[in-house]
Amino acid sequence: MSDKPAMEVKTWLTPFNIVSGSIIIVGIVLTILRFTMGLGAVTNLSNDNPWGLWIGFDLLVGVALAAGGYVTSAAVYLFGMKKYHSAVRPAVLTGFLGYSLVVFALNYDVGRPWRLPYPFIIQQGTSSLLFEVAACVALYLTVLFLEFVPAPLEWLGIKKVRELAVKLTLALTILGVVLSTLHQSSLGALFLIAPSKLHPLWYSPYLPVYFFVSSIIAGLSMVIFESTLSHHFFHDKMDETHLNENQGVTLGFGKAASLVLAGYFIIKVMGIAGGDNWSLLVTPYGIWFLVELIGFVALPSFLYAIGVRNRDVKLIKWTAAWTVIGIVINRLNVCLIAFNWQLPSSQRYFPHWMEIATSVFIVTVGIVIFRFIVTKMPIFYEHPEYKDVH
Amino acid sequence: MSISRRKCLKWIGAAGIGSVAGKSAFAAGNKHFEGYPGSFGVLHDITLCVGCRSCEAACANVNELPLPDKPFTDLSVLQEKRRTTEKAYTVVNQYEVPGKKAPVFRKNQCNHCLEPACASACFVKAFKKTETGAVTYDPTVCVGCRYCMIACPFDIPTYEYDEPLTPRIMKCTMCYPRVIKGELPGCVEACPKEAMTFGKREDLIRLAHDRFRKYPGRYVDHIYGETEMGGTSWLYISSAPFSEVGMREDLGVTPAPELTSGALSAVPMVVGLWPVLLTGIYAISKRKEIVFQQELEEAVRTASDKANSKLADALAKVKKETKNAVEKAAQPRTKEDI
Ligand code: SF4
Ligand code: SF4
Ligand code: SF4
Repeated sequence: MSDKPAMEVKTWLTPFNIVSGSIIIVGIVLTILRFTMGLGAVTNLSNDNPWGLWIGFDLLVGVALAAGGYVTSAAVYLFGMKKYHSAVRPAVLTGFLGYSLVVFALNYDVGRPWRLPYPFIIQQGTSSLLFEVAACVALYLTVLFLEFVPAPLEWLGIKKVRELAVKLTLALTILGVVLSTLHQSSLGALFLIAPSKLHPLWYSPYLPVYFFVSSIIAGLSMVIFESTLSHHFFHDKMDETHLNENQGVTLGFGKAASLVLAGYFIIKVMGIAGGDNWSLLVTPYGIWFLVELIGFVALPSFLYAIGVRNRDVKLIKWTAAWTVIGIVINRLNVCLIAFNWQLPSSQRYFPHWMEIATSVFIVTVGIVIFRFIVTKMPIFYEHPEYKDVH
Repeated sequence: MSISRRKCLKWIGAAGIGSVAGKSAFAAGNKHFEGYPGSFGVLHDITLCVGCRSCEAACANVNELPLPDKPFTDLSVLQEKRRTTEKAYTVVNQYEVPGKKAPVFRKNQCNHCLEPACASACFVKAFKKTETGAVTYDPTVCVGCRYCMIACPFDIPTYEYDEPLTPRIMKCTMCYPRVIKGELPGCVEACPKEAMTFGKREDLIRLAHDRFRKYPGRYVDHIYGETEMGGTSWLYISSAPFSEVGMREDLGVTPAPELTSGALSAVPMVVGLWPVLLTGIYAISKRKEIVFQQELEEAVRTASDKANSKLADALAKVKKETKNAVEKAAQPRTKEDI
């Protein structure tokens, strides 16, 4: 009797629980600070820099990296790549979680979060790209929820509703692609209104196209990257189909990512030519731009191609991680680094540690929920009762 | 003050503004808008400004803004470059202009664009270009996303970062509440040098050209705000190049809504075309699958047909052989029998 509590303590104090638990405690404290003291107390935002890490990372990067959901379900259900079927569920789950977290994070950033529905129910600012983003993200979150819902329904054993949800797959996939095209591109288009603030190398009338195309890259790379991590941590949860198909997914998505990256490279170069910005390439910002373009677009395109050709799964996985970093850099460039580039350095923005900690907190919440779901619900394996009914 | 209160009232009556202001305000859209006819503006003659900060004090007073740490009479603040803040809708800055002995002062506040970037960016339409010319803000709908601050090319809107739950966007209102009552904007009224003139925008442009003519060589031949970002209600004339007094000359003449109209017009295209294309792709891949399936079946069938016929042949052969064998076997017997 006496050593039983001690044993329980032992099982609960895993490294994962300790780390995530402490982050969540810090996050809760920061949440209280944010909603009692205001943005001024926890961020370095200013009148010159109204958007910081919470928009640049939580919103822009978050939405881009959650693109795996629409990319994978489109590949499987619309383009008929049935052999990647086992990749759909994890991708849809991360998409759904990703978008939920984006919306959750927005509650910290906007001044009066309970008014977030106002643009729909009070007055529609339809001339605003942000309205489009808000509308599409709200709808797409619903779509992702419906795409994801068969998993918990199988887990709970509710068959009727599950069948209905599964029947909607095709319609939902199409709707998901439409909504994703719109809001992924609109996130880039948000910055079209500020040509005087964004560095000309990043500002381009093609910004919406860039954001859309790079979201496909982000989606493909994230699926590969996540599956690498999941294999590491949840190998025991995966069924044979998942394990067998995995290499195919990595090779197939790697090939697609290589091609899309190549296309993206070309349209980025067209952007420089269109704005006749060649001379800017030799400035410090230009060099940073080239680092992004060569190091995180051209290079991964090449590495993916080599990896696919040599069937080198390891190389593809590393390239996927590299590409994901590239997407993060790109979004932060547009929103923060190349934004307000003309301001003197004393007026430039650098995130407060509490902003960084809050973002880490939100990502941690996402990982904890992901872990809970994949250990409970049929994500990496097919539910025995629903095999072959896809 | 060059315009009497009475005249101001008369204008307002003439423009019918007292009654209609804000009723059907300009909805930020994609159409080009050249300003409400007869709407007002302010002409700021930078050559007349002496940097006394009377306008700052008046603005704080009429808008009930908190008093700054250093009193308005303290001119030492002019040494630093200040911007608008949530506690100061307007600031005067001092500039040393090469080739000029005396410093130049310039007042900064919302320019009340004819097609405001802030209004076009706001997703709840919190901003309104009113018929007085003033761009007003409605804190009762604002979500606090601060996209308006990103959008404004003049870096004007500010935000109450220290308000945890009820932060507002703060910016100059062109004294809309005073103007509809027939009063002058606080800053205009307070200026001891008449560096600002309130009036109809068309008249102000004419006035500026009059001054260009009357004092040849004194002004740069440009009215800042006449065309910048599609035009603004607040106009400036200066003896120093505008870039020397902290005003951007690279903003161009394209009004803000035009910058995003292309992206917005792509929306119906995506909504209309994507589903059709995607269904098409789905049908093709489905068809491929069916064809593949059929071909597979076909192949299996022909293969099995072939196999069948071979089998039949083989069977026939076997049968024949057995028959022969049987016959052969039978023969000796018969022979034997015989
Ligand atoms: S100056 Fe800025 S805040 Fe003022 S109307 Fe123009 S865009 Fe809006
Ligand atoms: S902060 Fe308020 S006024 Fe500004 S764009 Fe957002 S909702 Fe509109
Ligand atoms: S017009 Fe009114 S609100 Fe604007 S700066 Fe002058 S006094 Fe202040």
